[in-house]
Amino acid sequence: MKTARFKVSFAGPLVSFQDKGRIGHLRFGVSSSGPMDRLAHRAAHALVGNSNAGSAIEVSLGGLILECISGEATLAVAGGEFSVQCGATKTSGWTTQTIHAGEKLTLRAGVWGSWSYIAFAGQLALNKWLGSTSTHSMSGFGAGTLIGGVEFEVQKAEVREARVGDTPYPEVAGTTDTIRIVIGPQDQHFDPQSVDIFCKKLFKLTDAFDRMGVQLQGPELVLKNALSIPSEPIVRGSIQVSGDGIPTVLLADHQTTGGYPKIATVLSADVDRLAQMRAHDVVRFKAVSAEDAIAATRAHHAICQATIEKLAAPKASLTEKLQNQNLIGGIVNAYD
Amino acid sequence: MSLPTFKSVADHALLIEFGTHVDDDLNKKVVALDQVISRAAISGVVETVPALVNLLVIFDPMVTTHTMIQAAVSRLFPLDVTDHGGQAKHRVSVCYDTELSPDLICVARANDMSVNALIAAHLSAELRVSMYGFAPGFAYLSGLPQAIQVPRKPSATRGVPTGRVMIAGPQCLITTVVMPTGWSIIGRSPLQIIQDNPDDPFLFKVGDTVVFDRIERADLPIELQSP
Repeated sequence: MKTARFKVSFAGPLVSFQDKGRIGHLRFGVSSSGPMDRLAHRAAHALVGNSNAGSAIEVSLGGLILECISGEATLAVAGGEFSVQCGATKTSGWTTQTIHAGEKLTLRAGVWGSWSYIAFAGQLALNKWLGSTSTHSMSGFGAGTLIGGVEFEVQKAEVREARVGDTPYPEVAGTTDTIRIVIGPQDQHFDPQSVDIFCKKLFKLTDAFDRMGVQLQGPELVLKNALSIPSEPIVRGSIQVSGDGIPTVLLADHQTTGGYPKIATVLSADVDRLAQMRAHDVVRFKAVSAEDAIAATRAHHAICQATIEKLAAPKASLTEKLQNQNLIGGIVNAYD
Repeated sequence: MSLPTFKSVADHALLIEFGTHVDDDLNKKVVALDQVISRAAISGVVETVPALVNLLVIFDPMVTTHTMIQAAVSRLFPLDVTDHGGQAKHRVSVCYDTELSPDLICVARANDMSVNALIAAHLSAELRVSMYGFAPGFAYLSGLPQAIQVPRKPSATRGVPTGRVMIAGPQCLITTVVMPTGWSIIGRSPLQIIQDNPDDPFLFKVGDTVVFDRIERADLPIELQSP
């Protein structure tokens, strides 16, 4: 079996290994972790021709430089629009490239997006915790964080030249300024005007932003006397408001319970789009009913499924590449 | 027993609430409901998260809805709260060496008692695992005697290591990951709540009971013996 070896030359903070997540252990205080942008993670695997979305590298705004120290492998990058240099090839956004021994791969934050994924043709050889390689940033459990000097292997590494090339990202993968929420489950602890304000006014993401969550800045939300509510379960997308009236959206590595009331919860279809936004980006929350939330998720799931299938199709010729792009565009239009 | 309240959480979860104030009887209902839901194998349920007074049911929105889960859960009532047997009783070793337990003296002073009386009261308590929360393996043990309770400190201590026995209000927990905390550290324990067993990695189950046994500093593993 062929193995490609890599060494981290440079890594910004919060660059980690993530598979699709560690589901089923919330009752033991363990959030699922996994990619901040689950669609982009699947897309990177689909682009490189992996039939399963296994482990990938999640790159933060801090960027990453890898050196291939032996072997060769095709790899795909998907996520926000990061600048990418692989060997002598410079590009940006979603791309599939082959790296050879002695070459470097550099990802840097680009036009938009906070997270990008590198998936390899082959299998990253990593440690698991509770059946998953996903790195839980608070504890360090899982395959871990990439820091300068760390080496890792891609086993069963393959070169898949037919897949090499750039791919325009589908609109479903982009960010949006409107994020859908379902009000509650602890909206009763807020002044009714605050719930109204929350759905009408604009909020700004702040740089208090990591894999656990992102703090927002906006009009003050007024809590009733709610600082002693019992600790309650949290999900990815819970928006909890601390005693000083500041909301935080909880993300992939969220704490599993919290004693601050949650004014609303972001739909699973929108939470990763929010995670791709950056500090100072502006967001508007749109309240929908629980029934509409389910309908939205089902529609989103169908779009994602179709998108992944198109990305997974081998791109043997320019004609086929163009066809793929048209199909993806068509799906996005239907969604809008 | 009247039905709890049900609240929709986004598109994929339902919060089932028995009350709004921390109380062991409410928590026993949560534990009982958690067990009957897991036995009922309701279609589309992904996982349940029992907390102090409520339980979160996370479901797959491709398969089911809030309404369907609420209907399926409502059919499980009335609950038999006494019938959730199988709880284990754990004996947990704690070293109360004052040099290793930075808040032991403060907690004793705050409660106007001697350190020995504080230790005796902690050793006499039978605590109950009421939930896991916050971080991996953070088991909240409830039922600390009133006489030794202290509120959370006004500000958190950063970087509290693993194996610390801490208390706040009626609760006690043993740290499993390094974290900031405003709880008071009254002892050190060699216990590993997160076990090296992929099939059953967490030592306690919600509803289990815990009692403490006193050990000396020399009984701790070497790496826990230094301050």
